[in-house]
Amino acid sequence: MKIGVFVCHCGSNIEATVDTAAVAAAAREFPGVVFATDTMYTCSEPGQDEIVDAIKEHNLGGVVVASCTPRMHEQTFRRTVERAGLNKYLFEMANIREHVSWIGKDREANTNKSVDLVRMATEKLLRNRALHPKKFTINKRVLIIGGGVAGIQAALDCADGGLEVVMVEKTSTIGGKMAKLDKTFPTVDCSSCILGPRMVDVAQHPNITLYAYSEIEEIKGYVGNFEIKVKKKATYVDWKNCTGCGICMEKCPSKKATDTFNEEIGKTTAINIPFPQAIPKKAKIDPAFCTMLKKGKCGICAKVCPSGCIDYEMKDEFITEKVGAIVTATGFDLFDWTVYGEYGGGRYPDVITSLQYERMLSASGPTGGHIKRPSDGKEPKNVVFIQCVGSRDKSVGRPYCTGFCCMYTAKQAILTKDHLPQSQSYVFYMDIRATGKLYDEFTRRAMEEYDTNYIRGRVSMIYPKGDKLLVRGADTLMGTQVEVDADLVVLAVGAESSAGASELAEKLRISYDSYGFYMEGHPKLKPVETNTAGVYLAGACQGPKDIPSSVGQGSAAAAKVLGLFSKDQLESDPQVSIVDIKRCIGCGKCIQTCPFGAIKEIDFRGMVKADVIETICQGCGICTSTCPQGAVQLQHATDNQILSEVNALCQF
Amino acid sequence: MKVININSSYNSEFVKEVEEESGQKLNLCYQCGKCTAGCPYTDEYDICVSQIMRLTQAGQKETVLKANSLWLCATCESCTARCPNQIDVARIMDVLRHMARREGYGGTGRVKTFWDSFLSSVKNNGRVFEVGLLVNYISHTGRFWTDIDLGPTMLPKGKIHFKPTEMQGKKEVEKIFMRFKEESAK
Repeated sequence: MKIGVFVCHCGSNIEATVDTAAVAAAAREFPGVVFATDTMYTCSEPGQDEIVDAIKEHNLGGVVVASCTPRMHEQTFRRTVERAGLNKYLFEMANIREHVSWIGKDREANTNKSVDLVRMATEKLLRNRALHPKKFTINKRVLIIGGGVAGIQAALDCADGGLEVVMVEKTSTIGGKMAKLDKTFPTVDCSSCILGPRMVDVAQHPNITLYAYSEIEEIKGYVGNFEIKVKKKATYVDWKNCTGCGICMEKCPSKKATDTFNEEIGKTTAINIPFPQAIPKKAKIDPAFCTMLKKGKCGICAKVCPSGCIDYEMKDEFITEKVGAIVTATGFDLFDWTVYGEYGGGRYPDVITSLQYERMLSASGPTGGHIKRPSDGKEPKNVVFIQCVGSRDKSVGRPYCTGFCCMYTAKQAILTKDHLPQSQSYVFYMDIRATGKLYDEFTRRAMEEYDTNYIRGRVSMIYPKGDKLLVRGADTLMGTQVEVDADLVVLAVGAESSAGASELAEKLRISYDSYGFYMEGHPKLKPVETNTAGVYLAGACQGPKDIPSSVGQGSAAAAKVLGLFSKDQLESDPQVSIVDIKRCIGCGKCIQTCPFGAIKEIDFRGMVKADVIETICQGCGICTSTCPQGAVQLQHATDNQILSEVNALCQF
Repeated sequence: MKVININSSYNSEFVKEVEEESGQKLNLCYQCGKCTAGCPYTDEYDICVSQIMRLTQAGQKETVLKANSLWLCATCESCTARCPNQIDVARIMDVLRHMARREGYGGTGRVKTFWDSFLSSVKNNGRVFEVGLLVNYISHTGRFWTDIDLGPTMLPKGKIHFKPTEMQGKKEVEKIFMRFKEESAK
């Protein structure tokens, strides 16, 4: 094989600490290399053209590019060699930027290391074979996990684009966090008025199947052909016939059930519909509080239900759905602020979270939209807001900025004045982060028109003083310690990844960061893709996001799915394992170790052999290192290819 | 350092008065500090001008009116010129000085005496008469040796006059003082 080597300067990224011309000169001496040069930007159009021209002029059979990481440009250069008529697997990349020039300043050592990496790449390339992808048909249905505003947007966009959509929502209603909000910033639009119609659209869209109060049990398969096992949790109410009339709620004697929708500001009944605009508007029984389910006595709901829907014997049900793509929109949860002893750690009833306050402001909330102190039901006069509770705080393991608390705090301060004109709001803040369109103007309005007193500094402690709470903090602008007598304290609690996010990520085989937020394919250029083909991200599961960003990402994920489904067939990656049937002894170890269930047992002329299902194999290579015979070989990373690289490196 | 109770020590009357007299809205100030950044007297101030603004916003009347900075302000108006929110900061400083005099804070003794000596010199001569100002100030404070070291340099350069210079419009200047007296008596 005639090999061409191209050593990239990457501007000064590589050239500053690597003598690329010397690397090219060294490469000319390697076996097989007939052409080697250094270029300013190999990925640019003239850079790629140089490769194409060299392939034609020197009749090259393979190309090595020494430049950045393959994650950056392997696809780019594979297309380049394909353009010149070569098979795209007759290309190798040596990473002399991330692995060399960016991590060391010694030019001579860097140059030597680059020469070694190029030698390894050429040795491997000499053993590369042309590989050809297989085509397979795809199932043009999409699964949306999570029914918050991001999931709703993705579902509606996909459904309007003609796709069949399956939506799985963990709670008994869709709407997510946005449904709990009273108003939205910076327009002070009524949240349920703008979200409600979208929720109804999901319920009524002929292309959308909604599984509420359901969870993902298992995910099998691969892009184009996923098989999803959905667990429909027992609601103890036959949803086919439930009309959502609410008579069961009125009559239920167990009135102390946890009201998660209202953030536990009030209590609800054991059988309940979370809120009037719930979609689906169906009742479910909370078995922890139902007297009938706990003690076998009561049964009032079954007696009063006009449609006879109550079924105390109901069990969880499992359903299998087949889809071709998955959009994950599992959102976020709130940081558990009770770790802050200085804010009372949950001991003071009049210290509440921002989302609890939101439910209090909402006309459909447990207080009917009246601001009341949880302790005595009195209207507060002085309301203190504390920002960055579980944000920008390394001591509680949350160093990141949640990003939207500044805005909702300003909104809540404005709403407080609207609800209680005699009240005075105080906001303890560190910085005001209001970077969206019309956002800074909004926070200024809270100060200039609504006379909110913004105090720059953190709070060090809250303690009771009579029936008030004394909030002690700093005013760094005055340069002193300050105190405020508060009637109500609202904590701007930060966002964290939703409960169970990491377990779901493992089922989806996508990666997540140390906080449990899902990793996007590329921080700049692939914000909605994941590193697993066919799995996309929408909304705050990827990182804290406000409503417009979540909606934007929901639409973006839908566009990606529609783009994927614009083809009828997809190409499989040929970098998969293949069993050499002559060497296989049928021990079955590979079948046991394969994490994807991609290897099956076959009968070959009466002998047991292993066989790889190419479309399921993800090319991880675990089977190749397990096989005692070396019979399973991962294409494009065979034992011979890897050993040739080792030999190239360890020759001295 | 004092702990400030934001509610109980907030003097709303004071804030209202400053806003009315200056015609400025105090909560427009977002504490960027550009006024302090440009103020040429910050090194002499006890409280820098951006903190004067913050303390005024927070209704801290006594702290503000006791500040020496009010009397060291040269009214150069750099603060006003550079304020991104177009607040006339120098005007607020001026209003605070008036309030301080009216309410009997008046800066510390020497500063007050200097201002009085300066103004009476302008009133009597139409413009400041340095030697007269000096004599007046020294006789009230007893600081005989203050700035005496500047004499040998300034004298040969003809910078020290022993008689006030005659100027046009001296009567008009006096009338300004008369009018101020009448107006403030109302």
